[in-house]
Amino acid sequence: MIPAAFAYARPSTVDEALQAIAEGGDDVKIMAGGQSLIPVMRLRLAAPETVVDLTRVAELRGVRDDGDAIVIGAMTTHHDVMTDPLVLQHAPLIAEATETVADRQVRARGTFGGALAHADPAGDLPAVALALDADFVIAGLGGRRTVPASEFFVDYLTTALEEGELLVEIRVPKLAGEWGMRYEKFNRVAQAWSIVAVAAVVRREDGHIAEARIGLTNMGATPLRASAVEAALAGAQASPETIAEAARSAAEGTAPSSDLNAQADYREHLVQVLTRRAVTAAAGL
Amino acid sequence: MTAVEDRPGTDAPEREVGKARRRKEDARLITGRTTWTDNMVLPGMLHLAVVRSPVSHAKITAIDVSAAQQAPGVVAVYTGRDLADEQGSIPCAWPVTPDMVNPGHPSIAVDEVNHVGEAVAVIVARSKAAAADAIELVDVDYDVLPPVLDMEEAVAEGAQLTHDHLESNTSYHFVFDAGEAGTGTDTEQAFADAEVVVSRRFVNQRLIPAFMEPRSVVVQPQGDNYTMWSATQVPHILRVMLASVTGVPEHKLRIIAPDVGGGFGGKLQVNPEEVIALLLARRLGKPVKWTETRSESLMTAHHGRDQIQYIDVAADREGHVKGLRVRLLADMGAYLRLITPGVPALGAFMFPAIYKFPAYRFECDGVFTNKVPTDAYRGAGRPEATFAIERIMDELAVELGMDPLELRRKNWINAAEFPFTTVAGLEYDSGDYETATQQALELIGYDELRAEQQRRRESNDPVQLGIGFSTFTEMCGLAPSRVLGSLSFGAGGWEHASIRMLPTGKVEVVTGSTPHGQGHETAWSQLVADELGVPFEDVEVLHGDTAISTRGLDTYGSRSLVVGGTAVVKAAEKVVAKARKIAAHLLEASEDDLEFSGGKFSVRGTPGAELGIQEIALAVFAAHNYPEDVEPSIDADATFDPVNFSFPHGTHICAMEVDTETGMVKIRKYACVDDIGTIVNPLIVEGQVHGGLAQGIAQALFEEAVYDADGNLTTGSFVDYLVPSAADLPHFDTGNTVHAAPGNPIGAKGVGEAGCIASTPAVVNAALDAVRHLGVSDIRMPLTPERVWRALHQGGDGGDRATAGTNAYGGAQTESTAGVSTPASSLGGDR
Repeated sequence: MIPAAFAYARPSTVDEALQAIAEGGDDVKIMAGGQSLIPVMRLRLAAPETVVDLTRVAELRGVRDDGDAIVIGAMTTHHDVMTDPLVLQHAPLIAEATETVADRQVRARGTFGGALAHADPAGDLPAVALALDADFVIAGLGGRRTVPASEFFVDYLTTALEEGELLVEIRVPKLAGEWGMRYEKFNRVAQAWSIVAVAAVVRREDGHIAEARIGLTNMGATPLRASAVEAALAGAQASPETIAEAARSAAEGTAPSSDLNAQADYREHLVQVLTRRAVTAAAGL
Repeated sequence: MTAVEDRPGTDAPEREVGKARRRKEDARLITGRTTWTDNMVLPGMLHLAVVRSPVSHAKITAIDVSAAQQAPGVVAVYTGRDLADEQGSIPCAWPVTPDMVNPGHPSIAVDEVNHVGEAVAVIVARSKAAAADAIELVDVDYDVLPPVLDMEEAVAEGAQLTHDHLESNTSYHFVFDAGEAGTGTDTEQAFADAEVVVSRRFVNQRLIPAFMEPRSVVVQPQGDNYTMWSATQVPHILRVMLASVTGVPEHKLRIIAPDVGGGFGGKLQVNPEEVIALLLARRLGKPVKWTETRSESLMTAHHGRDQIQYIDVAADREGHVKGLRVRLLADMGAYLRLITPGVPALGAFMFPAIYKFPAYRFECDGVFTNKVPTDAYRGAGRPEATFAIERIMDELAVELGMDPLELRRKNWINAAEFPFTTVAGLEYDSGDYETATQQALELIGYDELRAEQQRRRESNDPVQLGIGFSTFTEMCGLAPSRVLGSLSFGAGGWEHASIRMLPTGKVEVVTGSTPHGQGHETAWSQLVADELGVPFEDVEVLHGDTAISTRGLDTYGSRSLVVGGTAVVKAAEKVVAKARKIAAHLLEASEDDLEFSGGKFSVRGTPGAELGIQEIALAVFAAHNYPEDVEPSIDADATFDPVNFSFPHGTHICAMEVDTETGMVKIRKYACVDDIGTIVNPLIVEGQVHGGLAQGIAQALFEEAVYDADGNLTTGSFVDYLVPSAADLPHFDTGNTVHAAPGNPIGAKGVGEAGCIASTPAVVNAALDAVRHLGVSDIRMPLTPERVWRALHQGGDGGDRATAGTNAYGGAQTESTAGVSTPASSLGGDR
């Protein structure tokens, strides 16, 4: 459990970080909280040439109000996200899901941006970001660009981040109207990854569901939106029967894996139950 | 002047036994500010790293170590061929039958590998990192053979062989037949005459002990002497065994088990790496250290359980049991380690449990497979037996349409019938199953739970409730040496202790029962404080070093207090007897006129004429004035060999919620009332019960060592091998009844394994009770949500799990944790 040798850089600004990444050679890994990267390196699943440690980049930490969105710095720890007043007010779904991530020790070091950039299909936060239509602000030596969540997650452990780029912040739109949210996580022991989880964001209007956004965790190589369910719920009556009926299509378009926690058909079943429960709770029923 | 501190008052000190003392060893154990083996740093020490097989079954055709030898910091690289002449075979101390087949177990594979993770070479380097880096540079060519992984296939005609130099995959066939032994009637006749027969096949899955401190060993050569520090449960046994394996004479070998962080039987072993470390320290003349990684620990330290159990019970229509028939396939893994074959054989005597079976037959095949060997794991044979019998009693109750508790009552041994000789020939010492059961029913609030269960059934609630029982007993206090001899075990079961009275009145207690977290230092201090009438704080307990604790048989099988504690008490009695002679001399009184109480000898009828035992310790140290006919010492030692096992028992009740939509099971309430005899320290007992429950529940709900179709361990990290934490377990309502064990002066029966043995069937029975009305009659352990869901919606017992590890953080597996992958293992598939 000793990583292979690697070069190490510890910049203190985003510019220095981008420089360090550019100079780090062919195989650079960016370390945020290190809660996924270090175990993978200790198991020698990854043996990067250079590790660029963002711990000291203070400008990447914290949550700020930016008018129609809250902006979460990529290096904000899970603990700080969970307890942040802006998050609790405008995106409580993020706090709810973050509380289920691993254990207290991991949440003290692990970061919001690190978890998203790692893009673990069993990780909780990608599906949440997807359901909330978050935008990802990416810095490179040539400047900054913004990628919507729907384009950020590309494949298994793969995102839209190009070589030499750095995820700097995540913009989460403030939701207008009467929104309810729920993260339904299904796992076997408290600190484990999700076997399947469902992030539901529902806007109610006059006893109807005006809009539902549903993110699915671990139903494929990337987080997915349950589009069929969303379509069935749009404008539907907010009743247990309608929601149950809509949730039956939650597995449409998914491609879950089989492992010792769950085979694919069981995941396809679970996602329907969890979607029903998440939407029901988010709709306030 | 006296070196003994004055204590206020003249009243006898408060009795220590029964006091919930906090453990005196905990501060250093919990903070880690102590000597764990891996903390040892010796001048010039070299580090070992083991190159392990990524394949489960293969011939080794070539090994090229040249690149590793050239790597920075590497001192030497050795293969099995290099050590073949001196490494011998890992010893097996329990040949359960005269014709048991033992294939031999090299510490480093020479010609063939038989499980993933088997050592094929060892790197010696100047740093741990250099040794780890060089592992990848060793190039081994394997000629891969098909692995043997399934026991039922392994014993079939024409099966692929685990070891091609053997004739079959069967190591032994062990039979206990009560009719033949004269302890019961004819089993076949009992079944032929029976009105009801229920037969089941249960799978008692493979588990990993997963002790907290990884294994670690340091060896220091000094001339032709060797000192070994090892994270072992059994320094005394290790010394004898290493001497016989390596030829280093026993008197040239000193073994020290410093503070050891858990074992659960997993450190009751002679490990290949301990042999390797000793051989290399001898060869190189320098200190060496090996400490395993967690991945190595899960993959190569011995596993536990792994039985397929075919069990038949015969009864009449009124529910009186008439006969029990058990046939086991017990997975040995690839090799026989220290007591690998003995574990299922030990269980043979526990299948009849607390019930009055008139007839009983037990047969067990030890089966070789290309997996890591199994061996002792908390309970060792008894949890497997208890699971099978407590599960089938529920099945019989269903068949008869009886309440499961009523069926048990009808058949269990009544309190007035003790001592009771069972159909397996064991004499149960004491107990009262009815009282324990009544208390447990009250603790859990049984009637309310049954009413709620009824409501949930009637309303067709998606969350159903079930209640499960386990009315268990076990054999503890291993063990009467003569009984072990009759079972062909290679050693006895006595224990040794000595007490040294220091000049200042302080007391050193040396115990041969080596702790690895159980709290011996506290409990032994309590025993000695009472026996000698000295303050608890004045007692120091020494252990684990064969140069200090010269005789001992260590800690396992819930034996320490029952056997080792008794040796301490007997030694203390001798100290008092020796001190009495000195006291009589100094007080100028007859020994017969002396009373000993509260640490003081006083002369009957002469107020004020008294002498404390701690003062006597100083007097014999000075030795200015003592009787002519005695030695100037009141130190004493004692060896205790029990005449019988002790038999703790208890009733465990679990209330379980089953979410029928997802298959998720959740323990709603858990209550248990254990009779473990006299309780020396209630706090330690509570801790042992809680830990045992956690492990037993873990078998029922969470843990399973899973191999894929190529023989890779896919539960190779804690991502996939799910050890529950406090967050995953319910509150435990615990209670006790106390029937002192008649077999030892303390009256203790043993508690180390009780919770682990009893809880597993209670939990499974509870889950089945919740869903039996939905057509489910068995669910394989662990009760993963998927298995529960499949049993509910597809029938059967939930079936095999996919064998692929989770995809979380990249699968958490590497070639070195899970071996190679082929298409057959990619997505598991069923096997």
